[in-house]
Amino acid sequence: MYSFDYHRPDSLDSARSLFAQAEDPMYLSGGMTLIPSMKQRLAAPSDLIDLSGLAELQGVERLDGDGKIRIGALTCHNDVANSALVLEQLPVLAQVAGAIGDNQVRNRGTLGGSIANSDPAADWPAALVGLQATIHTQDRQIAVEDFFRDLFETALAAEDIVVAVDFAIPRRATYQKFRHPASGYAVVGVLIAEHDNGIRVGVTGAGPCAFRACALEDALNNSFTEEALDAVDVPDVGFNSDIHASAEYRSHLVKVLSKRAVAQLRSES
Amino acid sequence: MNVAITLNGQVQNVEVAANTLLVNVLREQLGLTGTHVGCDTSQCGACTVHLDGRAVKSCSVLAVQAQGAQVVTIEGIGSTDDLHPMQAAFQDCHGLQCGFCTPGMIMQAIDLVTDAQSQSKPLDSDAIRHGLEGNICRCTGYQNIVAAVAKGAAELSSKAKGA
Repeated sequence: MYSFDYHRPDSLDSARSLFAQAEDPMYLSGGMTLIPSMKQRLAAPSDLIDLSGLAELQGVERLDGDGKIRIGALTCHNDVANSALVLEQLPVLAQVAGAIGDNQVRNRGTLGGSIANSDPAADWPAALVGLQATIHTQDRQIAVEDFFRDLFETALAAEDIVVAVDFAIPRRATYQKFRHPASGYAVVGVLIAEHDNGIRVGVTGAGPCAFRACALEDALNNSFTEEALDAVDVPDVGFNSDIHASAEYRSHLVKVLSKRAVAQLRSES
Repeated sequence: MNVAITLNGQVQNVEVAANTLLVNVLREQLGLTGTHVGCDTSQCGACTVHLDGRAVKSCSVLAVQAQGAQVVTIEGIGSTDDLHPMQAAFQDCHGLQCGFCTPGMIMQAIDLVTDAQSQSKPLDSDAIRHGLEGNICRCTGYQNIVAAVAKGAAELSSKAKGA
């Protein structure tokens, strides 16, 4: 790992001003991607600004008014998976958080760090897309449709800090994942949620970043059955193709996992 | 940078470069070589220690991130004469072959038991296997490891009830 200057600010403002003054800085959240990347010299910031001292970025709450669930960006995956509020109000978030990586990673890795990184195979992005999330930074709100842009690319500017994410509470939802057995990442992951305003299908792992599968949503809005998905074509244009799975196979998985999600939801109702 | 860590109950002040990993401080500066480096790429879990009560891979944590934190290593949970119940269970169940992964397995297993107790969740064989996904044993001795964790968990929970 190359050398760098380390800072642990105690407020958002001081984090931002440290960032503005440094030559080539990066923010550090749980570090579960960044530190291994720095060890491999794939990342070499001049300054590492550790956000873990910002207590206001921690925690889970239910918002008055629209009744959404707000999760602080620095909340680690296991704190979401074990949150009594999440388990009662939005258990699919616990399902997603509990499926990430392994237990040690879930003890350190954070929601904000994961989505800011926008790894194409990360789990959280499917949940944000399926649950109509809003991403809050230090000074603005970003709808999830505008957030995930491309491979490791989001609507965030380099100096932006994710503060919290709001999730809509659907009538019902489930996450189905084809887990890479070694890394724990999603080869493909599909989150299907039934909201008052219709079905949402969030897909991760298949493309360069998470996306809505609108054709699948249309079919399921017409008929919430596995058979309804048979007629839908999931084109693999632009899908990821690597040693783990071809684009064609990932396209197949999108459909298989969507069917499993529908079957799961139908069996619960 | 000076870092103060409460290590196995004792405050330790160490002088480290910002890019020093926690595991290297433990092993090389503080001489606690029970925490192993298996892969150094966050895959194997041999370097698992407790940071503020939770299992983490110390090859993926900077020493400076542990400033002010409580760190517990395999040396801090028991001794040769007075084994921790989870260590005793690994011995009783022959939950190891070469033993290289064992410190990480035990630290992770203790985290699992603590977590299950605080959540009142059952720790059955599936939950143990899910919980050990971040720990790799290259001797492939998982059957006995799972049995050892189950036995250690039962002993810790009867101890907790008796207390």
